Amino acid sequence: MIMRDFKRITLLCGHYGSGKTNVAVNFALELRKQRDRVAIADLDIVNPYFRSKDSSSEFEDNGIRLICSEFANSNVDIPALPQDMYAITDDKELSVIIDVGGDDRGALALGRLAPKIVEENDYEMLMVINCYRPLTRDAESTIEVMREIEYAGHIKFTGIINNSNLGIATTPQDVLKSIKYAKEVAKLSDLPLLYTTVTDDIYNDLCDKIENLLPLSLQARPV
Amino acid sequence: MADKVLMKGNEAIAEAAILAGCKHYFGYPITPQTEIAAYMAKKMPKIGGCFLQAESEIAAINMVYGVASTGKRVMTSSSSPGISLKGEGLSYMAGSDLPCLVVNVQRGGPGLGGIQPSQSDYFQATKGGAHGDFRMIVLAPASVQEMAELTVKGFELADKYRMTSMILADGTMGQMMEPVALDFDIKERPATPWATTGTKLEREHNIVNSLSLVAEELERLNFERFERYKAVEENEAMYEEFMTEDADIIVAAFGIASRVSKNAIVEARKQGIKVGLIRPITLWPFPKAPFEKAANTAKAIISVELSMGQMIEDVKLATGCKVPVTLCNRVGGMIPSPEQVLEAIIEANGGAN
Repeated sequence: MIMRDFKRITLLCGHYGSGKTNVAVNFALELRKQRDRVAIADLDIVNPYFRSKDSSSEFEDNGIRLICSEFANSNVDIPALPQDMYAITDDKELSVIIDVGGDDRGALALGRLAPKIVEENDYEMLMVINCYRPLTRDAESTIEVMREIEYAGHIKFTGIINNSNLGIATTPQDVLKSIKYAKEVAKLSDLPLLYTTVTDDIYNDLCDKIENLLPLSLQARPV
Repeated sequence: MADKVLMKGNEAIAEAAILAGCKHYFGYPITPQTEIAAYMAKKMPKIGGCFLQAESEIAAINMVYGVASTGKRVMTSSSSPGISLKGEGLSYMAGSDLPCLVVNVQRGGPGLGGIQPSQSDYFQATKGGAHGDFRMIVLAPASVQEMAELTVKGFELADKYRMTSMILADGTMGQMMEPVALDFDIKERPATPWATTGTKLEREHNIVNSLSLVAEELERLNFERFERYKAVEENEAMYEEFMTEDADIIVAAFGIASRVSKNAIVEARKQGIKVGLIRPITLWPFPKAPFEKAANTAKAIISVELSMGQMIEDVKLATGCKVPVTLCNRVGGMIPSPEQVLEAIIEANGGAN
């Protein structure tokens, strides 16, 4: 499928484990094909390991700017934000994918930027959902997490991405089973279900079965 | 809706504890185990349980002491420096013969160290953990599934022997995500006639205490306690063997180090080197039997650890120093690579085949 046009700012939220960092990395690489000045911003203040910074050499190779706390993946155990995070709102020529951290606590950092993002009004705020995560297993609990993120981040969602997965053990059947859930989340939140995302190895099994299916390459692999 | 869920190791511990009937969690946040507390904070109010973020690790372990005294399942979790703070409470719990679950998701040390994974609290967990003669059952998971399963097992063993079970994981185990099936068979809890639940004027007072005023009495309690520890050693040692049948080189590793080692062993087998893995699942009691057996057939043993060499001492004791035991390690938050372990295997083999 062809992806929708990107807005200047794409915010990706979701409970940790939704796979939003992987979606963010793939979106940044796709966005770079369309535009010259692209950045991926890691606003995660929660996760100590497995950050978008893990892909930093790939960003460098592709000419994507990484806006990320200099302490990410280090022993400096403080919830630090990147010093250049204001480039996201101040540099209007820059197209940005924002990887918003974890849950409502992670989204707290977004509150600082949200008024300017809303004022400029050239953004999409997308919720990445995964029904195989324990705290978002049904539509109701997912909506609850969405409301908490909106409240903490001072900004409202505009769309849903269904990235339901069980890590590298995900089967096409697992993805098919998640569609009903994803549609229910979309219905209850009154938001469009923009994509269902899957890793490229199972994309061919599903591409004629699921609408708006998007293949992703997997960035971080476990030990 | 699904049979399996995708979980972080830390979350798997928290969910498994709740399934095991633990309704009381006390803790203080520390990386890399904070998700346990965060998960409990979200879940406990929904099931009528108690999540309490204590003012310190010391306070938390003493709250655990309090609930354990009433015979309820209770737990705390922390990471290395926080476990040191809990030391006094661990000793008091042992002295009072109270069951509980303590989780240590280890990080690099000593001191404040770092937040990256480590296994350097092996001595602390298996050789006592604080003052006085006591033991803890120490369980070392090597997958997110085992983080959940050993949590349930830990509660069961704690109740059975009236002692502390410790999950000794590392930062990687806590942070990594894998699919988990949470369909446990939760056994009936043994009765707790010793618990301080109020006499209702129907029985004598129960006293939970670690202070003894008479030396003879304290000696008797110590001997009795060690009879129980002996039963644990005889009955509860757990381990996994991987490709050991014909192995003349044995790798000893637990937790994340065992996963790295398995990759190296598969690679070494491709090169024709007969190598296998003994993975202790209980670190105390240490599974001596497979090592005693291996000492008669293997020509070398390699202990792969994220420490300066701590489990290696138990491996040497279990093998009676019949075969050379060497160390392959990374420390300070670093993890040995499969290539590094493969190199150690080739060296123990006396070169490539």
